[in-house]
Amino acid sequence: MTDLTRLNAASLADLIATKQVSAVEVATAHLDRIAAVDDRVHAFLHVSRAEALAAAERVDRGEVTGPLAGVPIAVKDVVATEGIPTTAASKILEGWKPPYDATIVARLKAAGMPILGKTNMDEFAMGSSTEYSAYGPTKNPWDLGRIPGGSGGGSSAAIAAYEAPLAIGTDTGGSIRQPGAVTGTVGAKPTYGGTSRYGLIAFSSSLDTPGPCARTVEDAALLHAVIAGHDPRDSTSINQSVPDVVAAARLGKNGDLTGVKLGIVKEFAGDGSEPGVTAAFRESLDALVKLGAEIVEVSCPHFEYALPAYYLIAPSEASSNLARFDGVRYGLRTGDDGNRSLEEVMSLTRDEGFGPEVKRRIILGTYALSSGYYDAYYGQAQKVRTLITRDFQSAFEQVDVLVSPTTPFTAFPFGSRTSDPYQMYLADLFTIPTNLYGGPAISVPCGLSEGLPVGFQIMAPTMADDRMYRVAAALESAVGTLTPPAL
Amino acid sequence: MSYEDVLTRYEPVIGLETHVELGTKTKMFCGCKTDFGAEPNTQTCPVCLALPGALPVMNRAAIEATIQIGLALNCDIAEWCRMARKNYFYPDMPKNFQTSQYDEPLCVEGYVDVTVDGKEYRIGIERVHIEEDTGKTLHVGGATGRIHGATESLVDYNRAGIPLVEIVTKPVPGLGALAPEVAKAYVAELRDIVRALGVSDVRMEQGSMRCDVNTSLNLPGDDWGTRTETKNVNSLRSVERAVRSEIIRQAGILDDGGKIFQETRHFQETTGDTRSGRSKETATDYRYFPEPDLVPIAADPVWVTSLREALPEKPSVKRARLREEWGISESDMQSAANAGAVELIEETIAAGASPAGARKWWLGELARRSNELGVELSEAGATPVQVAELQKLVDDGKLNDKLARQVLEGVVAGEGDPAAVMASRGLEVVNDTGALTAAVDEAIAANPDIAAKIRDGKVAAAGALVGAVMKTTRGQADAKTVRDLILERLGAS
Repeated sequence: MTDLTRLNAASLADLIATKQVSAVEVATAHLDRIAAVDDRVHAFLHVSRAEALAAAERVDRGEVTGPLAGVPIAVKDVVATEGIPTTAASKILEGWKPPYDATIVARLKAAGMPILGKTNMDEFAMGSSTEYSAYGPTKNPWDLGRIPGGSGGGSSAAIAAYEAPLAIGTDTGGSIRQPGAVTGTVGAKPTYGGTSRYGLIAFSSSLDTPGPCARTVEDAALLHAVIAGHDPRDSTSINQSVPDVVAAARLGKNGDLTGVKLGIVKEFAGDGSEPGVTAAFRESLDALVKLGAEIVEVSCPHFEYALPAYYLIAPSEASSNLARFDGVRYGLRTGDDGNRSLEEVMSLTRDEGFGPEVKRRIILGTYALSSGYYDAYYGQAQKVRTLITRDFQSAFEQVDVLVSPTTPFTAFPFGSRTSDPYQMYLADLFTIPTNLYGGPAISVPCGLSEGLPVGFQIMAPTMADDRMYRVAAALESAVGTLTPPAL
Repeated sequence: MSYEDVLTRYEPVIGLETHVELGTKTKMFCGCKTDFGAEPNTQTCPVCLALPGALPVMNRAAIEATIQIGLALNCDIAEWCRMARKNYFYPDMPKNFQTSQYDEPLCVEGYVDVTVDGKEYRIGIERVHIEEDTGKTLHVGGATGRIHGATESLVDYNRAGIPLVEIVTKPVPGLGALAPEVAKAYVAELRDIVRALGVSDVRMEQGSMRCDVNTSLNLPGDDWGTRTETKNVNSLRSVERAVRSEIIRQAGILDDGGKIFQETRHFQETTGDTRSGRSKETATDYRYFPEPDLVPIAADPVWVTSLREALPEKPSVKRARLREEWGISESDMQSAANAGAVELIEETIAAGASPAGARKWWLGELARRSNELGVELSEAGATPVQVAELQKLVDDGKLNDKLARQVLEGVVAGEGDPAAVMASRGLEVVNDTGALTAAVDEAIAANPDIAAKIRDGKVAAAGALVGAVMKTTRGQADAKTVRDLILERLGAS
């Protein structure tokens, strides 16, 4: 019998819709796989077996239909799921069960997608390796001694390890794309405002974007279509129709990119990418040219300031967003012995509840917003953000999409970048500009470097998410998907 | 050192920051109700409790009300502005930041004209902005109800997220000794303007209008002095008292060669003076930055124009018109306005009462009652229609003044409309001359000596018989009618 966990989401949906397999069988296969391998991978912080099976039964009873009905999914632990623990991989929220669903979760449920559980991540989505999870890191299924990327390492690893066919990630500076790249899976960051942030525990409000993780471009597009679209509960949600990403992905599969102009960013050259990453990227460019695409070099002179601007804006917003975790209303409360003052209890709670990277960013952000420093730091970073947006806009006057490696290096060994935060931050060098601009971008596997997956990033104009899916699907058709070694 | 003495040497500069809680049906960023006095924490949701992941969405009605207030205060309305986060930790603020406005307020550069002692003063309005209210903290177990000494603190988030409008004046110099009165007149005018817009019930005693008063003193010709900010000023009278007491306090310090510290002070309702709160020198750095969870506010100019055109008659214009119609003096109108009686009197007249009759009840019995109960005049227990009906009964001779007061007592006690109370309490004036004549004859028969005196022309003695008749009719007779009848029966008329 076919191993259901090896099938992609589109195939599973088809089998379930045509009653060749039941949604319960599909959910059970994945739950069993999780039980079998997750002690080694540690992609999940919580497995919601009963809820998943109940949702699958509803599909089997014909109560819910839809393009992905019955296809199970893993959800990053930063997204609120009613009644299911949601911790953002932080001790400060240990055991917290939200009384409400995030909008995207409500949409998954309405689409009949059983939620298998909550995936591991860097605490509050701050990190590029899951090493900052308060509950221990996730292992890369390609090499259990290496990081699965971050912050959404759990979601990408769960897919790579066949524990789930699909997963929800969130991308603030690359947290969907970089884990996708290093685990050999697809990860897409939609246009900011294209997917609702309601119920997504905020890291950086102006950057956070939920999006799909999958093993194929078409699967990512199918999931994108389920979760995207205007949400009146999110003021920054865009009230426009969602580009037809599924049609674009299917169009791309036919491998014809005639007339499509791909821009390579001059300033990204000589950036310290690993040779194997550069090589795989170059080979992929050649493959795309063979499909009819045209390569144009464009200049984005302000991209070199993206990383510093990001590390002012994101921590500033985070310092404010994370202020609500004070032990008063929910989550951890430390030191409330009846003698200590409220301020002491808040301080002790936050000291115990937050990990080192979260504290580092809260301190950084608090400093950057301080009176007397605001103009020099936060204000200046916002100006850089405007300039980067203009770089993108002028580039998209010349080309249809921009392309780059997703991340400069493949999965690195645990512990190799935790001692120097800057080395960790470099993982997002190529992904961060897009977040500052707000456009969509996707990472698609494009080959191996020394046996480890390399990701190819495609960046598109805002609300032109369909363009990146078309190019990504074309590349996928040319280079194929990647299969990790057996666990 | 008297107040007058201080003002011969120092010049005060005042400024006022007033918070008005809007009367929107729902909160500023979520759909929770805003009813006053609900059970604690029953009007809350993930958004106003700041649960992880929840996001705000702006209430259009709150923006509309803020623009209306701005327009009524002659402000310019920003074509584009943003909300900002004011970051500080406090348990009654669920997000540990307040969503407010900082350097991009919705309304700027307005003014309000107020009249004190027949002279008009223009108070500049620096800004009108919108922000959210906090929850309320209740400290339990201590003697004072303050956090110091409390064994535990309880938080009610019902108020958290209710829209607040903050109205900030420019500094007002040059008022001299009238500074306290102008401050009070400004707050009264602001209250009337906001009330006329119908966007808030502006009840200072319920906290839906709250005032902070800034005061500084300087020697003539010198730069302005260091200002203090007095909070907890919760009535019109307190506004006046707070400015006055702060002027005297600062003068005392300056006279002794001391220095005024920029600080927050709290007005003490019982003593009428101010006490030091937290020092501004160690104040929190609020780390304001634009609120990334909300899109900018760009009010459509067409919308703003339509709001401008729909503004109600200005309270000052309306008062001038009504003063003319009612034929009363400026100061009578001022006391009606200060009592919050203008609209009530207007409605009572509309319901058929004479201006004098309407004013009498609202500024007399009902004003006394609302003061006693500590409620707004409109909550004193009678409606304008009931007051008009009461006055009609008086005008028709069915009630005299004394009886009418008793009827009103019944009305406010919820016994029904005036006619019903009059009937049920049996309070109608005895006009039936048969019954009255019998009572008069009875009194004459019982007091032959007095009757004899009256017959002899000593009509002043009739008073004693009138008293006797009023007693037997339990006050329900008209005294003049009784007197005329006595004189008639004794042939002395």
